[in-house]
Amino acid sequence: MIFIIAQKELRVLFGSPLPWILLALMQLVLTWIFVAHLDTFLQIQPQLVKIVNPPGVTEAIIAPVFAMAAILLLITTPLLTARLVAEERRNHTMTFLISAPISISDIVLGKFLSLMAFFSVVIALVVALSISLLAGGTLDFGLLLSNVAGLFLICACFASLGLYISCLSAYPAIAAAGALGMLMMLWVLDLGADNDKDSLTRNLSLLQHYENFNRGVIDTFDLSYFSLFVLLFLVLSIHRLNRERLHG
Amino acid sequence: MIEQSASSTLSVRGLCRYFGTRVAVHEINLELKHGDVLGLLGPNGAGKTTLMRMLTGNLAPSAGSVEICGIDLLDHPSEAKARMGYLPEIPPLYRELTVSEYLEFAARLHRVSNAKIRFIVNRVMQRCALNNTGKRLIGSLSKGYQQRVGIAQAIIHDPDIVILDEPTVGLDPNQMHEIRDLIRELGVERSVIFSTHTLSEVESVCDRVHIMHEGRTVFSDSISGPKQNELSLGEVFVRVTADTGNSASF
Repeated sequence: MIFIIAQKELRVLFGSPLPWILLALMQLVLTWIFVAHLDTFLQIQPQLVKIVNPPGVTEAIIAPVFAMAAILLLITTPLLTARLVAEERRNHTMTFLISAPISISDIVLGKFLSLMAFFSVVIALVVALSISLLAGGTLDFGLLLSNVAGLFLICACFASLGLYISCLSAYPAIAAAGALGMLMMLWVLDLGADNDKDSLTRNLSLLQHYENFNRGVIDTFDLSYFSLFVLLFLVLSIHRLNRERLHG
Repeated sequence: MIEQSASSTLSVRGLCRYFGTRVAVHEINLELKHGDVLGLLGPNGAGKTTLMRMLTGNLAPSAGSVEICGIDLLDHPSEAKARMGYLPEIPPLYRELTVSEYLEFAARLHRVSNAKIRFIVNRVMQRCALNNTGKRLIGSLSKGYQQRVGIAQAIIHDPDIVILDEPTVGLDPNQMHEIRDLIRELGVERSVIFSTHTLSEVESVCDRVHIMHEGRTVFSDSISGPKQNELSLGEVFVRVTADTGNSASF
């Protein structure tokens, strides 16, 4: 049932120009950054050889591209999540899903899954970009994998938060603005924390946890932070839709 | 199925719904059997849509129970919903899907197996006279066709009960006629509940009438009931719904 909902979401999504435009633009921007970093790397390479243990291409080119990809996705996710529930309400199709013999959690998980499928395409394109470096050298696949895992998890966080905000509204534009605001807040939350490792704002900031993955460190604290984040907002979404049925 | 033909499909007992202190639906009792077509009448705001939303699991009742073919809707929602088709007042259509994509999705949601989907979608399209619209986007269809797609999604899984909320509103006389024929046809083997404001529609299609006013049942009888007393349905309707003083006083 979850897959049937996800399939329908993807069909509706890819039937509109939005995801194609987003994919193209994101790829354009990321390739631009990729090329810029590649250029710098080639310029400083003669000096790098003189250092003991110099940074490789994965560290110097791929990691920054992944860091930028997370920020691009933070900005674009609200555009994709906003319509998920808000538009179903607006078009009166929510009734159709609720009258069908499926549970609310199937609906929420199906919608979440469809977003993750879209993000997987984005991530696959970034990986393809990175793999192209194999033409001229070797890659640190461990670091690449940690970046992929981190990007996937942070995408899941964006998606679940966006989905929840969409559950709160009947207007896609408001849902988009709300999700963007929340995500931006979570992005810059750690600014005031300086270098205090244990500060609360730093620990709550999404991008802060992603930085570890970006450096190739897979920490259980980050893993549990991301999992709890996703779980929390999925449960809240289910709860919210159920409440609507109970309270009208 | 043959055994079931006389058994009850829908049994509603003491159904109530309050929004805060406002009473939307109060103490509704309903009993439907296979082959019953029930017309739900009432002035605007009488609680017809609220009642239908409760029957289809879109709104939780404040009190009372709903049983679909002996399955409690609140305890086993999925099993109960699988035996029911619902067309809300505004047809729940995805404008960006084609008619056949949409109906396939509806069939999948109702657990129709992959092997049978094509057959079932074709059958329902034939039944609702949608034959040449399969590849068209729903958003580009006329109101009448959209309404038919809405009915098609409600009956695609061969439900025992079909609930239609004002299915003929906004249609031209020919389309109204077609939809009435379809409802009559559905009523041969299923239970159908539909709400309307057109009294002649009830007289031509239904075998039972249920009139609601301010959330309460004010009249419930077979269609032949008023005729025996030499009253038209219109007279009955005016009499029971104009009588606000009595029904609101308790």
